[in-house]
Amino acid sequence: MDDAQLRREVLTALQGIAPEVEPATLRGDRPLRDEVDLDSMDWLRFLAALHQRLGVNIPEADYQQLTTLNVLLAYLQRRLAAG
Amino acid sequence: MIEFRMPSLGADMDAGTLLQWQVAPGDAVHRGQVVAVVDTAKAAVEIECWQEGRVFELLIQPGDKVPVGTPIATLLEAGGSAETAPRRPAPVAARKAAQPQTPNPPPAATPGAAPATRTRITPVARQRAAELGIDAATLTGTGPQGAVTLADVEAVATQKPAVQPATAQDRHAAMRQAIAAAMSRSKREIPHYYLSETVPMAVALAWLAAYNAELPPERRLLPGVLVLKAVALALGDYPQLNGYWIDGAFRPGPGIHLGVAVALRQGGLIAPALHDVASKPLPQLMEELGDLVQRARSYSLRSSELSEATLTVTQLGDQGVDGVFGVIYPPQVALVGVGRIAERPWVEDGRVCALACAQFSLAADHRASDGHYGASFLAEVRRRLQQPDSL
Amino acid sequence: MSRTSYREALREAMREALARDPRVFLMGEDVGRYGGTFAVSKGLVDEFGEQRVRDTPLSELAFVGAGIGAALGGMRPIVEVMTVNFCLLALDQLMNTAATLRHMSGGQFSVPLVVRMTTGAGRQLAAQHSHSLEGWLAHIPGLKILAPATLEDARGMLWPALEDPDPVLLFEQGALYNVEGELDETEVVGIRSARVRRAGSDLTLIAYGGTLAKALEAAEQLAGEGISAEVIDLRVLRPLDDATIMESVRRTRRALVVDEGWRSGSLAAEIIARIVEQAFFDLDAPPARVCSAEVPTPYAKHLEDAALPQVPAIVAAARGLLGR
Repeated sequence: MDDAQLRREVLTALQGIAPEVEPATLRGDRPLRDEVDLDSMDWLRFLAALHQRLGVNIPEADYQQLTTLNVLLAYLQRRLAAG
Repeated sequence: MIEFRMPSLGADMDAGTLLQWQVAPGDAVHRGQVVAVVDTAKAAVEIECWQEGRVFELLIQPGDKVPVGTPIATLLEAGGSAETAPRRPAPVAARKAAQPQTPNPPPAATPGAAPATRTRITPVARQRAAELGIDAATLTGTGPQGAVTLADVEAVATQKPAVQPATAQDRHAAMRQAIAAAMSRSKREIPHYYLSETVPMAVALAWLAAYNAELPPERRLLPGVLVLKAVALALGDYPQLNGYWIDGAFRPGPGIHLGVAVALRQGGLIAPALHDVASKPLPQLMEELGDLVQRARSYSLRSSELSEATLTVTQLGDQGVDGVFGVIYPPQVALVGVGRIAERPWVEDGRVCALACAQFSLAADHRASDGHYGASFLAEVRRRLQQPDSL
Repeated sequence: MSRTSYREALREAMREALARDPRVFLMGEDVGRYGGTFAVSKGLVDEFGEQRVRDTPLSELAFVGAGIGAALGGMRPIVEVMTVNFCLLALDQLMNTAATLRHMSGGQFSVPLVVRMTTGAGRQLAAQHSHSLEGWLAHIPGLKILAPATLEDARGMLWPALEDPDPVLLFEQGALYNVEGELDETEVVGIRSARVRRAGSDLTLIAYGGTLAKALEAAEQLAGEGISAEVIDLRVLRPLDDATIMESVRRTRRALVVDEGWRSGSLAAEIIARIVEQAFFDLDAPPARVCSAEVPTPYAKHLEDAALPQVPAIVAAARGLLGR
């Protein structure tokens, strides 16, 4: 999956949780949970959506490191590449 | 003949606007069945019927706004018939009844009125609904065999703007008004007392981390669910905090139904009930909580969820505050607030260490309980959270 | 406009054809001296002589076959079969010869034959004279099937049928013979398409022959209830005019076929199948039909009435399509 495709998938999942998200104005280098106002329930549903779409199961232990959208995209790309 | 009335969906509701009937005259209704969708100031709410019977007559139409308590439909008790029921001028019902029994052409080969296992939607209605972004399965069909027809879809499409608050701003303003009314009443009538307690959460978090480690996100639990379960179990021991203050007296709640404060993305707040929390296993609670939050945010709650909470829990800590002292939602008599779970200095055995804690608070109605009782309740919540295995 | 009856209109059409084309002749049981069992050919033998209006022995197999032979030989025969039930005796000729010769001869032979016959019930003629088997014959490739329901079609369909190079079967619903009215002589009658006899927007009633008048009466009643029914007269039962049907049904989104034939394997079944095939996504109700009861047509008046499509049943089925 190329970067643009992955970004689309992630943003679609995000919009499923937070319909007001505007991909254009979303800043990839800011803390995602502040940019989008995700509470813990939203975050969990977001991860569930990613799991369904991409097949990547993000363990709780990795939550801490997934700060920004850019970091999340890089993380997912790595996980996808690792199969 | 049973009169079905506009229900009260909370202390702040004095009237409701019918958005849609989900039953038609002649339909059988069962306890708990959703029969209508009503717009309150806060949300579009699915109204359940709590009686068994058959719909005789619908007394109001979509778009009508009537005060709480107004009869909106009549039901025939199971076994009753239209003949034994007092007649009102009922054009729809009367016309149906007056029609001769015609051998409607489809013979044995075509099921005439097969049990409706799914909503029948005609091909063109389905197509039009998709174009308009309407979920046709939620509409009441007026076509052959009760099918949702093109006209049913278009009727909803054209009435929608008229019946629903025209814009998000309108709904937002209405909700602001509703919250204002309820909270003013609370502070005017309820003599609040407040208690707080720092609750160690390390054991619960460790248990949770171990539980979640092997699970996909869909099946993981949130700390908030443990908190709800602990509060519910503690309420079992402290029933005076679980119920309503009505007409100068405390009335115990019919069950332990926790109101869960849900912040809406568009602004505003709603606290629908999660039913029978004390008796449900954690995974089920988690699933129901997720569903409840999602439906609260899409304005599709049920009447029992809006009116039946017996105590409200607000977990504002998720947004980062250390603690919260809430305003009781009348006619409830208590509210539990939970602050952020974070590591804080903690003294144990004469030594300071870092420990994950959260500040729990209780706002309670002094007419219904006293501080000593409230304090014991909070201690019980704390105790329960130290034994996550038993939650 | 002139005052006439369905029977006279048919007779006038034959008179015109006999006068216009020397290759045209009429034959059948009792069509000459007796003037036809239903008096359609009354007086024609005096006018055109026994060579051109010929009485035949009571053998449908023989005289339909003779008609086919005459057509092959360059004539333009009109063969009258008394009722559709009796045409079963000639089915071998109709199906195995008339309908197939063009194909089996590689296009070398045409059979420009017209067969007229009475169809349908409503006159207490019992089970041997009252059935509606046009749907059966409309199953056969190579035949063209017409069902005149109006004075204009009774008057105007014969000539284009005679001009057609292939066999054409004309079905005259027996109860129509006595229908009188004003004939619009300006109407141009073709034999290719169905016609909308009444415009409407809520549902389409599809009828032909003997059921057209019933459908129109039902439409009138429905109008009184605020239901706007369009009525299509099929006119041509083979080949069916899908375009007219679909145009209407896509607009009204509801279809009700009124067919005097039996339901199972009927023309109504074929029409509904085509509607579902071609207009499924435009439908707002399952297509419906009113057909005859699946019994041999009864003799007793009340039983015969009960067995046939009637206006109340059409109205009720139409209401059903609108969920009323």
